[in-house]
Amino acid sequence: MAGSSAISLPPTVGTALPMLGKSDTKATWCPGCGDFGVVAAIEMAVKRLKIPSHNVVLVSGIGCSSNLPHFLSSYGFHAIHGRSLPVAEGIRWANHELTVIATGGDGDGFGIGCGHFVHTMRRNVDMTYVTMDNQIYGLTTGQASPTSMLGQKTKSTPSGVIESPIDPIALAIASGATYVARGFSGDVKHMADLIQNGISHKGFAFIDALSPCVTYNKINTFDFFRQRVYKLENSGHDPSNRALAFERSLEWGDKIPIGLFYRAERPTYEDLEQVLNAGPLAKQPTGLKGRESLLDEFV
Amino acid sequence: MKEISVRAGGQAGDGIASVGETVTRSLSRMGLHVFGLNAYQSVIRGGHVWFQARASKDRVHSQGDACDVLYALDHQTAEVHLPSLSSGGTVVFDPEKFAIPPEEVPVGTQALAVPTLEIARKYTSQSILQNAAGLGATAFLSGIPLDILQRTLADSFGKKKGEVVDWNLGASADGYAYARAHAAVNPNAVAPSGAPKLLLTGNQAIALGAAAAGCKFLAQYPMTPASTIMHWMAAHSQEIGVVVKQAEDELAAINMAIGASFGGVRAMTATSGGGFSLMVEALGMAGMTETPVVVVESQRSGPSTGLPTKTEQGDLNLMLGAGQGEFPRAILAPSNPAEAYRMTIRAFELAEAWQTPVLLASDFHLSECTSTVDREELDLDVEIPSLYAVEPNGHEYKRYLYTPTGVSPRAIPGQPGLNFIAGSDEHDEKGHLISDVKSGIPIWVAERTKMMNKRMSKLAGLAASTEGPVLEGPADAGVTFVAWGSTAGAVRDALRILAERGVAANLLFLPTIYPLHGAAVAAHLARAKRPVLVEANFSGQLGRLIRAETGVEIPNRLLKYDGEPFYPHEIVQKGIEVMGRGGQ
Repeated sequence: MAGSSAISLPPTVGTALPMLGKSDTKATWCPGCGDFGVVAAIEMAVKRLKIPSHNVVLVSGIGCSSNLPHFLSSYGFHAIHGRSLPVAEGIRWANHELTVIATGGDGDGFGIGCGHFVHTMRRNVDMTYVTMDNQIYGLTTGQASPTSMLGQKTKSTPSGVIESPIDPIALAIASGATYVARGFSGDVKHMADLIQNGISHKGFAFIDALSPCVTYNKINTFDFFRQRVYKLENSGHDPSNRALAFERSLEWGDKIPIGLFYRAERPTYEDLEQVLNAGPLAKQPTGLKGRESLLDEFV
Repeated sequence: MKEISVRAGGQAGDGIASVGETVTRSLSRMGLHVFGLNAYQSVIRGGHVWFQARASKDRVHSQGDACDVLYALDHQTAEVHLPSLSSGGTVVFDPEKFAIPPEEVPVGTQALAVPTLEIARKYTSQSILQNAAGLGATAFLSGIPLDILQRTLADSFGKKKGEVVDWNLGASADGYAYARAHAAVNPNAVAPSGAPKLLLTGNQAIALGAAAAGCKFLAQYPMTPASTIMHWMAAHSQEIGVVVKQAEDELAAINMAIGASFGGVRAMTATSGGGFSLMVEALGMAGMTETPVVVVESQRSGPSTGLPTKTEQGDLNLMLGAGQGEFPRAILAPSNPAEAYRMTIRAFELAEAWQTPVLLASDFHLSECTSTVDREELDLDVEIPSLYAVEPNGHEYKRYLYTPTGVSPRAIPGQPGLNFIAGSDEHDEKGHLISDVKSGIPIWVAERTKMMNKRMSKLAGLAASTEGPVLEGPADAGVTFVAWGSTAGAVRDALRILAERGVAANLLFLPTIYPLHGAAVAAHLARAKRPVLVEANFSGQLGRLIRAETGVEIPNRLLKYDGEPFYPHEIVQKGIEVMGRGGQ
C-alpha cells in the first residue's frame, strides 16, 4: 500500500522490560474494601503472564473501583462514567497487540454503561472486563445499584429496592461473551486464576468480582459471601455447555457459585475486521498519497 | 452569467435520486461547474422528492433560484415547481400519467408532453424505464449531448451489462429524439467546456479528507445527514485501511474514537445535533485527557428530532458550549466540498497539534448537496507525522508537563518507559488524580489552577493556527454579508447578481468559528458600510458570538429556519432593502 512508511513498535514480549507492579499512587479505598483483592488479583494475573507493563492498558469508568488504573504501573485510561468499554474497544482496534483490561463497578458497567456491556460482548472483542460488583453505589455514598437485591434499603430506596437486580453472569452468557466467570475478593488467588485465564482467552472475557463494600452495603458482606460461595470447578460443572452455564448463573441464594461458568471459542472482532488482518492499525501506513485513482469515482 | 438549471420531481421510490444523479453528473462531465441539490422527506416511499442541478462555465455556489427545464413525474411536482420555471422554460411530463391544465403553465413557458410510458413499453413492462425516456427528453432540452447522457446512464449500472442497460440506453435515445422533434433546446443551455470535473457531496469530501489526513478509525451511529460519511468510508474501508465501526450509539461512537486516538491512530466520529448531544460529555473527556479527536457535526433542523431531512445552522451554540466546565476546542466550518476536504485535513492537524477536540461544523445542505471540484483542489499528498514521537530521555516522563504552549509530550501505549494514566479527573503533570484526597489542599488547589491554565493556554495557539475571516468580493461595498457554512454559497451567488444590478456587495466569511479571531472580525465590521448577518437559525447564533467576543452588534439580519436552504434571490432582496435604508 502506498502512503507514508510503516511505524515500528517495540516488541510485545520481552522479559527485560518492566513488569506490572504497584504505581506510586496509594489506593484510596476504605480499609477492608473488596477492591483491594481485585487489584491484587489483576497484578498477580498479569505478572504470571509476563506481559510487560507498557503493553498493558487498564481502562475504567467512574466510581470507587474505577480508580484502579491509578494504582498499577501500566498505561491507563480513566474515562467518564459508564464508558470504559467503548474506550477500551477503541484502544484494542487501534493496536491489538496491547493487552486491554477494563475495570469498573456494577453501576458503571450494568447501569449507565449497560448498553456498551451487551454490545461489546456480542462483538467478542478480545479483551478482559473485570467488574468490582458491590451491589451499591459507593462513591456517591450509598444509593441502590443495578445489582442491589430486591428489598435492600439504601439512601435512594428507603423502603427497599423494588426492581429485580440485573444478573451480570446470565446477561453475559446471553449476550455472546465467550468467557464468563465470577470471582470473590475473599479468595484472591482463585480470582487471579480466573483473570489470568480470561486474559489468555481469545475473545471477550468477563469476570464479575464479588467485591464487598464495607461502608455502604451491610447485607452483601464478606461474611455473607463466605457462607454461600462454592467453586464451580469442584462441582462438576461443564463450562462448555451454554445452557448449563445459564442454569448455574441463576443460582443466587443460600449457595452462590464462583469460578468459570462458560467458555467458548468463536472468532473475535479483531479476527473478523479485515482491515486488522494487515496488523495493528497503529502500525499500518496512513494517508492517500499516490492514490489518485480513488478520485476517479467522482468523475 | 450563462447558466442552466434542470429540475425533476416525483414521489420517493419514483427513481428521482438516480435521475438527479445522472443529470448532475452528465453536466459535470461536460466540464461545467455544477451545484446539485437533492430535496427529500423523511419517508422511504411516497411524499415529494426533487432535485435541481445548476450548471455554468463559471463557478456556481448554490442551487440558484429558478429552473429552465422541469421534468415532472407527478402532478404535485408540476403544481409545486411550475412557478419556478424561468421564461422560455419547458416542463416535461407524460399525459398518460396526468394532465397539466394550460392555465397552470406560466406565460412564456411551455409544456412538452412526452410519451415516456409508451416508449418504456417498447422495451419492457417495467414502468421505471419511463425515467430513461424522460431523462432523454430532459437532456435534449438542457443541452446535454446524448452520448454524455448515455455514458453516464450506463455507468450508473456499474459493471452490470445486458438488456436492462440496453433498454435504458434505447429509451433515453427515444426520449431525446422525441424532444428534438417537438421542441427546441432551452436558450440558457450551456455547451460542453473542457475536461470533466469531479462531483462530490460535502460528506464525500469530508470522508476523503479524513482518509487523506491519515484517519485510520471512524466510529459512527447512523443519523441523517451525517450517515453518508460512514457509507463512503465503509465502502472503501479495506482499500484504504480504515476501520469503520458502526457503534451502538453516539456515546460509544465518540468514546471509541477517543480510545483509538489514545491507542495511536488518528480517529474521527460524525453525527448530527441529536447524536452530538449524546457526545457532549465525552467531548470534555477528550479535552481533559488531552486526546485529539475530530468530530463532524452535520446540522439539521432542530430542536429534538426536528426536520430530519432539512437544513439549519442551529447547533452553533451547542458546539460552542458542549461539555461541562471549560476546555479548549476549535470549530471549523467549510462552505463547500472543496473547503470541506481541506478543512477536514486541517481539523486532524489541529486536533493532534493541540491535543484537543476539533469540531467540523457541516449542515444538511453542505453534507448532501453535490458540487464540482477540480482535481487540484483535492491534494492527496498530506504530510502525516508519526504519533510515536516521544522517547524516554532519562527524566521522569510527565504526560501533562507544563509547557509555554500548553502542549505536552504525548506517549502512545506500547512505548516502554512512558507509561501514564489519562484521567478524566483533574490530575497533575504526571497524570495522578488530584480530585480525591488531594482536592482542597492548598498546594493542589494551586495545581488545579495551573493545569486549567495549561489546557486553556492552547486556545491562543489554536487562534494563531486557524484561518481568520475572509472578505470576498469588492473591498469597497455598500453591503457586507456575514455568513458561515453552506449559507456562504447562496451569498456568493447573490454578490454576482447584486453586482449585475449595480449594487457592490461583499461577503465576510468565517472559516473558523472558534476561536473567533475577534479582532480581525471587528476590524472588517468597522469598515463595513451596511453589515448583514445571514444565518440559517432563529436567533443569529454567530451574531451573538461576534457580539460577545467583540462588542460589535450586526444590526441587519437575514435569518431563516424553515428547513430550506438560502436562495440567492432572498439575499439579493435583503441587500437591496438594506441599501435603501442608507449607510450605517
